[in-house]
Amino acid sequence: MPPHLKAAGSDVAQASPPAGSGSVPLPSVLYAPGAGDFAGHDLLEIAMGPHHPSTHGVFRMNVVLDGETVVKLTPVFGYLHRNHEKIAEKNSYLASIPYTDRLDYICSMTNNWAYVLSVEKLAGLAVPERAEYLRVIVGELTRLQNHACLVGFLLQDMGALGTPMMYAFREREKILDLFESLSGSRMMCNYMRFGGCRCDLPAGWLEQAVKVVAEFDSFLDHFEALLNENEILRARSQGVGVLPRDLAVNAGVTGPCLRASGVNYDLRKVDQYGIYNRFKFRVPLGQHGDVFDRYMMRILEMRESIGILGQARHDIPAGPFVDPKFKLRNLRPKPGEAYGRVESPKGELGFYLISDGGPAPYRYRVRPPSLINLTVLEDMCLGHTIADVVIILGSIDIVLGEVDR
Amino acid sequence: MLGLGILRGLIETWRNFQGSYYDPARLTTVQYPEEKLTPRENARTIPFLVYDGDDPIAGLRCTACSICAVECPAHCIEIVKDPVKKPDYLGKMQFHPRVFDIDMAVCMECGVCAEVCPFDSIKMDRVFELSSGDRRMVLQKSDLAKSNDYFRHIHPVEAAAVDASRAGEQRKMQAKKDASPVPVAS
Repeated sequence: MPPHLKAAGSDVAQASPPAGSGSVPLPSVLYAPGAGDFAGHDLLEIAMGPHHPSTHGVFRMNVVLDGETVVKLTPVFGYLHRNHEKIAEKNSYLASIPYTDRLDYICSMTNNWAYVLSVEKLAGLAVPERAEYLRVIVGELTRLQNHACLVGFLLQDMGALGTPMMYAFREREKILDLFESLSGSRMMCNYMRFGGCRCDLPAGWLEQAVKVVAEFDSFLDHFEALLNENEILRARSQGVGVLPRDLAVNAGVTGPCLRASGVNYDLRKVDQYGIYNRFKFRVPLGQHGDVFDRYMMRILEMRESIGILGQARHDIPAGPFVDPKFKLRNLRPKPGEAYGRVESPKGELGFYLISDGGPAPYRYRVRPPSLINLTVLEDMCLGHTIADVVIILGSIDIVLGEVDR
Repeated sequence: MLGLGILRGLIETWRNFQGSYYDPARLTTVQYPEEKLTPRENARTIPFLVYDGDDPIAGLRCTACSICAVECPAHCIEIVKDPVKKPDYLGKMQFHPRVFDIDMAVCMECGVCAEVCPFDSIKMDRVFELSSGDRRMVLQKSDLAKSNDYFRHIHPVEAAAVDASRAGEQRKMQAKKDASPVPVAS
């Protein structure tokens, strides 16, 4: 991190301690230590959100500004808290699957996958080959649509109102149509089951998917021609919101944000959950860790996902789509604990379950990538202007359903 | 040259703009109330209860076993059992629901109830125009009951499978009856 940012940000001290615990100090009692960078300036505190349209939902940032420059940023979570973990400790294992759809409501398929993976670990269930392929196919389709949407949102945050997002949503809609004809619902898919998937592919689905993916590939060509070399995009994003490699590792950042900082860590390669060891794909890595790198990570990962989908489509075997011994109801895993994690489009999504032998998990804990990637927001934003804060937040790729749970 | 990237992007925008007049891939908007997309085979919205025959209440397949109410993630189903047993399609004596309410304000349309039902009684509908002029969000047995013909119409593949399995069970039951005739009381 550049030295001037550090001096401005993490060492901001208070003239007097705040009155109550947890209360945000008034800006008038803030000053910078040492050289007195802000001596004589008035600082302004703004509550950005929870209604601000650029905060991707109901996220709130208390930003302290010196002019337009951010000197302090406090994220405030919890506006979308819905007791997800406690509800799951009351419901049966099966009944939690629809709730996981609502965590990261753009990528319900990978949420399902992470949850069923941990239950399968807990209960020791095997997954048939075809089901593994089905999971890879829907998981990579989810990655395509999530990253396309994210690029659209990010560009909208930069001021490209509508155009890139509209193009991205047009392509996403085709993938959602596939999800609807497969699982019955566009976004709340509720598709995976312990030991497999809920249903087999409908007739003609795979052919349709092949067509959609081929179209997506050519869409990406046009999308890159539209955006990659755009001078405004580059001026707004290069060198902005740099996330240093060490900080990213220490803060537990995962997913494209981590890889944009140059850390080669992709759970599909590290864990090789499911059947990812059978596919050939590369993990794109960034050099600078700025917003542009994070943008490029998404584009490059979509290309790799298209490659994985091509291989999966080619290799998918016939057979059962769910373990024949699978019982839909009354799942009572033996007492024990399990942590299942997948590389969701946003990072490492994990479910930690403890079973006491009962029909519901004794403890159910979600490790959401959005929340943990958000913790480095202040470090990325300090020293940048308030307009850059919007882009930096957009480039992290958060969904508030997952942050607050 | 500065500005070349923007120009290249504008060419893409121009191509898309032009295509929005004639290219079917660009003409994606459906003028909703006048035009409607054909729903998909698997599409699911709210649950409904299937009945056989002509009488929506007497023909209900539901046996008030309450499995759906227990498994429902949102716990939006309320069932009160009718103590009087009636014969079902196999001739077995079964309970029937006196009250079967689904709170549509709570239902999240996940389809778990339809999945766990052992009697193929509760299935997922595909209606989506659900707004109403009053505040009645709790649908009762009479509102939920829809005929098997309707089920065949909205989910042909699934309904055919259900019909085949029920017909098979009936045949099996008939064969059993024929094999061991019940002695007629004189």
